[in-house]
Amino acid sequence: MAKITMTVNGRQVSGLCDDRTLLVHFIRENLGLTGTHVGCDTTQCGACVVDMDGQSVKSCSILAVQAAGSSITTIEGLSANGELHPVQAAFKAHHGLQCGFCTPGMVMTAVDMIRRHGSNLDEATVRAELEGNICRCTGYHNIVQAILAAAAEMGGARHAAE
Amino acid sequence: MYDTNYHRASSIDEAVNIMAAAAEGKYLSGGMTLIPTMKQRLAAPSDLVDLRHIAEMKGIAVDGRSVRIGAASTHEEVATSAALAAVCPAICRLAAHIGDPHVRHMGTIGGSIANNDPAADYPAAMLALDAVIVTDRREISAGDFFTGLFETALEDGEIITAVRFEAPARAAYQKFPNPASRYAMTGVFVVRRDDGGVRVAVTGAGSDGVFRHPGLEAALAANWSPDAVANVMVDATDLLSDLHASAAYRANLVKVMTKRAVAAA
Ligand SMILES: Cc1cc2nc3c(=O)[nH]c(=O)nc-3n(C[C@H](O)[C@H](O)[C@H](O)COP(=O)(O)OP(=O)(O)OC[C@H]3O[C@@H](n4cnc5c(N)ncnc54)[C@H](O)[C@@H]3O)c2cc1C
Ligand code: FES
Ligand code: FES
Repeated sequence: MAKITMTVNGRQVSGLCDDRTLLVHFIRENLGLTGTHVGCDTTQCGACVVDMDGQSVKSCSILAVQAAGSSITTIEGLSANGELHPVQAAFKAHHGLQCGFCTPGMVMTAVDMIRRHGSNLDEATVRAELEGNICRCTGYHNIVQAILAAAAEMGGARHAAE
Repeated sequence: MYDTNYHRASSIDEAVNIMAAAAEGKYLSGGMTLIPTMKQRLAAPSDLVDLRHIAEMKGIAVDGRSVRIGAASTHEEVATSAALAAVCPAICRLAAHIGDPHVRHMGTIGGSIANNDPAADYPAAMLALDAVIVTDRREISAGDFFTGLFETALEDGEIITAVRFEAPARAAYQKFPNPASRYAMTGVFVVRRDDGGVRVAVTGAGSDGVFRHPGLEAALAANWSPDAVANVMVDATDLLSDLHASAAYRANLVKVMTKRAVAAA
C-alpha cells in the first residue's frame, strides 16, 4: 500500500492504493472521476488519455504511484465556469461523437495537439496524431473536423489576445 | 497485474542499490513496454525502480557533431530537439514516428534500447550510427550490445545512462509500419560518413533482431544512389515470417526501404 498525493484538476488529492494500481483506476475509483475511460488492455485505444504535467499520457499504462507528485488534468477539469472548453464545444458543433465512449480521450488528445501545433494544425497532422485513439463509431471524419475548427478558433483567440 | 513494490530513485547510485537489494527487480523508465507487459501478466517483477526522476539521465547535448542523448530522454524530446535536428535530423524523424503522441510523451530511448524488441526503431539507428551505449559501469558499442531477440549485453542491474555517437554526413530512416501497431514490419537506417563509409541496419525483419547488411553496405559504398540497391541479393533465410508478412516479402521490403532511405538521406 502506498499513500500518494497529486494535484487533480487543480485540487490537491491524497489516497491509499496498491503499488500496482493503475492511474486510471485511481482516478475513477479513488477519486470518483469516471469521465476517463478504459477501452482496451493493450495501450492502444486512448480512451484513458489525461494530461500529466502538461503532456497527454495513457493513464491505463502508468501506475498511480508513478504519477505521485504530478499535476493531472482529466476531462472533468477542462471546462471553466460551466462553459464548455472550445474543443468540447467544437466536438458538439461538428458531431464529433456518437456513443461518446472514446470522446474524453479524443478531447484530451485534441487539446494536447493544439497545445503543440496551435493553429498550424493541418488535416494530415491531425489524422497522423490520432494514431493512439480508436473510435468505433464516427469514422473519424467529424472528429478531425472538430479538432481543426477548435484549433482555428483557439489560434484566432490567441492572435486576438496578442 | 501481479503485486509489486515501487521505488523512486533520485540518482543512478541509488537505483543500482535498490536493485541490488530486490529479489527480482526491474527498472522502470517510460513504462510503455513494461507496464503493458505486466498488465498481461507476462512479467511479474517483485520490485520496480523508477528512473524517470534521475536528473543525470536526462538531457540532449550536441557539441560540434558529437551527440549525447540521456537514456531518460523521451521520444518526444528526441523528436523535437532543435540541436539534434541541426546535425542528425534522421533520428528526430525516427522518434517522431514511434507509436503515438501519448507513447512518445512517456517512452524513452534507454527503455527502447534495453528492451531490444525485434521490431523497435531505435536499435537500427544505434547500429547504423555505430553508437556507444553508456551504462553505469562501462561503454558498449552498439555492435556488441544487441545480442538477439529481446536480448542485450546488459548485466543484471546494469543501467543504460546515455547513448553517444558522431553525427554522420548523411543519414535517413525509412520504415514500413505495421498498419495496426505502427511497429516496423521492416525499417532500414542508412548512414554515410564523410570518408564514404556506409552502414545499413535493418530492424523488424531479422529473426534474431536488428542486423547490418554487408551486401547493401558494399553496393552503397561503391555507388551512393538508390539504383545501387537493385542488384543486391537479400537472403530471406534468416528473416521473420509471421501473419503480417512472409520472409520473402520482408526481404523485398529491406531493399525498398533501403532505396527510400538513400533517396531521403
Ligand atoms: C501503443 C504502442 C505503440 C508503440 N509503437 C512503437 C513503435 O512504433 N516503435 C518502437 O520502437 N516502439 C514502439 N513502442 C514501444 C515504446 O517505444 C516504448 O517506449 C519503448 O519500447 C520502451 O521504453 P520505455 O521507456 O517505455 O521503457 P520501459 O517500458 O519502462 O522498460 C522497458 C524495458 O527496459 C528496461 N529498462 C528501461 N530503462 C532502462 C535503462 N535506462 N537501463 C536499463 N534497462 C532499462 C526495463 O526494465 C524493461 O525491461 C510502442 C509502445 C506502445 C504502447
Ligand atoms: S485504455 Fe488506455 S489505451 Fe486503451
Ligand atoms: S463515438 Fe463511439 S467510440 Fe467514438
